[in-house]
Amino acid sequence: MNPVSYLRAGDTGEALSHLGDGARFIAGGTNLLDLMKEFVMRPSALVDINALPLDYIAQTAQGGLLLGATARNADTAYHPLVRERYPLLTAAILAGASPQIRNMASNGGNLLQRTRCIYFYDVAVPCNKRQPGSGCSAIGGLTRQHAILGASEHCIATHPSDMCVALAALDAVVHVRSAGGERQIAFSDFHRLPDDHPELDTTLLPGELITYIELPRATQFAGHSYYLKLRDRASYAFALVSVAAALDIGDDGMVREARVALGGVAHKPWRMPSAEALLVGQPANAGNFARVADALLAGARGQGENNFKPAMASKAIVRALELAAAGTYDNTGSERDGSD
Amino acid sequence: MNSTYPVRLQLNGEARHFEVEAWVTLLDLLRERAGVTGTKKGCDHGQCGACTVLVGGKRINSCLTLAVMQDGREVTTVEGLADGDQLHPIQQAFIEHDAFQCGYCTPGQLCSAIGLMNEGHASTVAEVRELMSGNICRCGAYPGIVAAVTEVMGLEQRQDNPDRPYQPGTVPA
Repeated sequence: MNPVSYLRAGDTGEALSHLGDGARFIAGGTNLLDLMKEFVMRPSALVDINALPLDYIAQTAQGGLLLGATARNADTAYHPLVRERYPLLTAAILAGASPQIRNMASNGGNLLQRTRCIYFYDVAVPCNKRQPGSGCSAIGGLTRQHAILGASEHCIATHPSDMCVALAALDAVVHVRSAGGERQIAFSDFHRLPDDHPELDTTLLPGELITYIELPRATQFAGHSYYLKLRDRASYAFALVSVAAALDIGDDGMVREARVALGGVAHKPWRMPSAEALLVGQPANAGNFARVADALLAGARGQGENNFKPAMASKAIVRALELAAAGTYDNTGSERDGSD
Repeated sequence: MNSTYPVRLQLNGEARHFEVEAWVTLLDLLRERAGVTGTKKGCDHGQCGACTVLVGGKRINSCLTLAVMQDGREVTTVEGLADGDQLHPIQQAFIEHDAFQCGYCTPGQLCSAIGLMNEGHASTVAEVRELMSGNICRCGAYPGIVAAVTEVMGLEQRQDNPDRPYQPGTVPA
């Protein structure tokens, strides 16, 4: 990696004051240092935010939780209140990376991790995300990991996070701070589609620091959620397709509310409230789940090597909703149903 | 560019002091500056687990953190597991279960196994396999590794598949 300076910030104000040109915050560092070794990212300064008091998991008065930006992914996944109230989030986090990486990686950093597109990582080839205007090497190339929804002629990369797929389904809110004050970003607005600016992964502005992620109360889903991840090996691989499914089912067996978010298929976790609304007031059965899948995947288009993905995603959506409806409460075991 | 930064570690029970550039990873500090070469560099990208060490009792990839970020921490490598000539139980179990061939991944596997036990989230053989998945063994010694770890943990079922019992030194049919 290139020579870089280092500063351990003592508080949020100090951290923000040092975020000048070329500086990056570092917490876990698991993605940033990897990218620096490949010269994909070349910050001139690293501002270590691990001393900031942002490593908490706290309750809100409304029955939700606040996930501090520097709390570790593992500590978040295994936290008793996360397991109890948001088993979907626990399952999604534990489906990602390895125990070592989850021990290091921060919640804020998980949101900001970059795509694992092989062309983004290869500085010898054009990539609009790495070098705007240089072109997209993935289009027409090796696209097994690439997008089938929301892609543009400039970029077909996918967002690699599992955690973010669950956060999208759970309507999380990202709280950020800058020298000018604080603001909130709805999770659906946090990550963006590539359009003609694939170099921008998120709507976070220069000079802003993620301070915490807010999870609204979601106890209605805790008994009926499932995170299904399909990948090229049984563990420690990025998703080809993943589905975060959550259902609120009434005593009459009818769906009161549904959430479905997809990973591995787009530049951001993919949600479509109009597709979820198709289930409201309907029985939770495979036929209705297939209608949701059809709506969610309307316009899905393979890039060649990943032409299998729309069909795979369709079946995965139905399967995840079936497992959610069945009430699989603790779905963190990798071999529980043999499907992931 | 500021030249070097102080890094104080409690390394395998010994207080050590280093002055390193910001971009030196913990792995490179251990191997190149501290002279503790048991920890291996495999992929250097957090994909293989060969560089796994314990920091404050938790397992991490030492290739994916800067040494300067670990200033003041307690670091344990494979060299710090044995008590004099008395091997750590997991080391003894690896020998007894033939849990390695070339041995390159073994220091990371050992540290990872201890981290796994410290963390306390595995209670079945399947969970041991899943929670050891950050450590790749290209010789394919997984049956022996799983047998060693589950034995030390005292898990009742030590085999992946009781219908296909694995004997150390043999190839499962």
